[in-house]
Amino acid sequence: MSSVSSVIRASGALLVRGGRVVDPSQGIDDEVDVLIGDDGRVERLSGSIQVGEGVEVLDAAGLVVCPGLLDLHVHLREPGQEYKETIESGSRAAAAGGFTTVACMANTVPVNDCRSVTEHIVRAAQRCGLARVLPVGAISKGLRGEELAEMGDLVSAGVVAFSDDGRPVEHAELMRRALLYARHFGLPVVQHAQDMTVTGDGAMHEGPSSTRLGVPGVPRLAEDLMVARDLLLAEETGGRYHVQHLSSGRSVELIREAKARGVAVTCEVTPHHLLLTDRDVEESGLDPNFKMNPPLRESADRDALLAGLLDGTIDFIASDHAPHHVDEKLLDFVASPFGIVGLETTVSLLLDRLVHAGKIELGEMIRLLTSAPAKAFGLELGSLRPGAPGDVTLLDLEREVTVDPARFQSKSRNTPFAGWRLRGAPVVTVLAGRPIRVEPRPER
Amino acid sequence: MAKSGWQRKDLLGIAELERTEIEAVLATAASFHEVATRPIKKVPTLRGKTVLNLFFEPSTRTRSSFEIAEKRMSADAINFSTAGSSLSKGESLLDTTRNLQAMSPDVLVIRHAHPRVPHQLAARLDTSVVNAGDGAHEHPTQALLDAFTILQHREQLDGLRVAILGDIEHSRVVRSNVLLLRKMGASVVIGGPYTMMPRSAEALGVDVAYSIDEALEGADVVMMLRVQTERQSRMSIPSADEYFALFGLDRARLRRANEGALVLHPGPINRGVEIASDVADGRASLILEQVSSGVAVRMAVLYLLAGGAS
Repeated sequence: MSSVSSVIRASGALLVRGGRVVDPSQGIDDEVDVLIGDDGRVERLSGSIQVGEGVEVLDAAGLVVCPGLLDLHVHLREPGQEYKETIESGSRAAAAGGFTTVACMANTVPVNDCRSVTEHIVRAAQRCGLARVLPVGAISKGLRGEELAEMGDLVSAGVVAFSDDGRPVEHAELMRRALLYARHFGLPVVQHAQDMTVTGDGAMHEGPSSTRLGVPGVPRLAEDLMVARDLLLAEETGGRYHVQHLSSGRSVELIREAKARGVAVTCEVTPHHLLLTDRDVEESGLDPNFKMNPPLRESADRDALLAGLLDGTIDFIASDHAPHHVDEKLLDFVASPFGIVGLETTVSLLLDRLVHAGKIELGEMIRLLTSAPAKAFGLELGSLRPGAPGDVTLLDLEREVTVDPARFQSKSRNTPFAGWRLRGAPVVTVLAGRPIRVEPRPER
Repeated sequence: MAKSGWQRKDLLGIAELERTEIEAVLATAASFHEVATRPIKKVPTLRGKTVLNLFFEPSTRTRSSFEIAEKRMSADAINFSTAGSSLSKGESLLDTTRNLQAMSPDVLVIRHAHPRVPHQLAARLDTSVVNAGDGAHEHPTQALLDAFTILQHREQLDGLRVAILGDIEHSRVVRSNVLLLRKMGASVVIGGPYTMMPRSAEALGVDVAYSIDEALEGADVVMMLRVQTERQSRMSIPSADEYFALFGLDRARLRRANEGALVLHPGPINRGVEIASDVADGRASLILEQVSSGVAVRMAVLYLLAGGAS
């Protein structure tokens, strides 16, 4: 297990009182209080804990209290593209969205392929102290896919995984060596699985909608080919392999089969791939806020992703929060960059469209955002077990919200969910015993 | 001339049009067709109107056809070619829109390499917009001129069997034609090599054939598409010669179509690649008529969008 608790300093004891605690890591769903000690770690959970003066009390009556949520796939754009997002604005977005931990990808400028960049990220995150920001180091120098980054040095600087996200590792031998070398550190090799020779200049899913629109397509096959290859490499090397943002139903099958054979593979899915399809792209009239990579696919894929989530093939949910400046999304669909923001919409989308819609239990949704991602990346987070870091998220299952990009704490506004009315929202997060109150920006 | 059956600000695609609107354009084009036969080929219909031809992608034929149509109607035609300039890359649609609005043109004719760019500009502009081709999406005036040309030789489109052959995947001509021909009651088969067919070809709602001979069987009209020998097609076909041997339209193949079948091609043709010279220059060929029809149809469209009221 990587130790991540040193990142954040505690600030005194905290009692979270009167809420419904849902902690899948311990099988708890009960009205109990949570006491977090001076050291910023969970001291105990029990009914009606009495505390003396000097212990801050957070009233959770009517709310769900769960381990702090994790989003292990975000882009914070710092260093280098601070006009899209910074570690501070991204941390604020995380806190506003109910997340206490995020893992930020290495495709910054410069790339997080060396200690100095990792250290910058860690220090900047500590300075704002609104969320745990876990850097993901590059697999290859400069994300060029040619030679390995200094993985050992990156680990000692604090990275929790390796990924060239955004630039799939095409070279099979480099990928094989990355899986082997990463075994020294016990960290996962995280792949944006997409064969770029098959992708070409594709801008949306290759299917009926792209055919009608004449938009260059990205076939499912681009993902399936890379997943299939990598699963063979993972099996051969014994390395830990993680597939990002699954979009293809066929890839879910490939991973299901590989898990059954005992391959050390984990994978994630985004809320948008669970909720939208290429028909939504077509019906939007090619709104650039519906453009992301991998693209939204067909309803059969969307259903296969949900089935994979329910049967445990897919390990957890992550947003692939990918901020782009509003000017960049003013271009037309084909010209605009791939990616949408997700930190401030994920929780409400999942509560409304999956939990309240009866597709998934509340405890299961919380597991997919807490202990499940923590386990996949080997992090000592996502649990309210005594001794665990005192990170908590409070949810109001009934609060009605309307997605309003103007109120995002993120610097970017690129979401396809603008105007969606959703029931259920995050209220406040607690980081190592310290309440973090970041509300959406006031309405203008 | 009364503008019956037309209320729209823009002509963006065939997808948006009702059958009656298609008929309105074709009827209007018939009356403009005669202008080309006059010694002085000019009418004052659009005098004082400004038409901006905004081509974000290189085009000689379509642009010239629009320009001739505009000039024959006495409009002030201004060409604004931006292919390859910084504008085609970095400038946002919003900036483009604002720039255009500031010049207050009456009609914008837009070609762009990306789907739905004209639609997005039209939604933000009071000015009328004509889509002159948006990526591989639509090319409505081409489909209208093809229909107009066929109707010079056939009573109606209803009941005709039309084969459209070639690089279906990258063709805007095929998408607009399929939409128009279906709305007008024709039956359509698309055909070409597997490597030039979209994966979800059935989504276009027509018959699909992977053999030219099969597609030609029973066809009343044959539309050949231009093969882009220069582009990514090197991954799709081994050579122009092989394409011609397997998928090109020659006299022998044409005999599989119905007696007296019409041959169309949006141009420019590649002789000996998608079409044999003796077919292109033969009696069945309407290729040059299409070019004349193009001017008449574009005059009609401009008239319906900007003529009449001042």
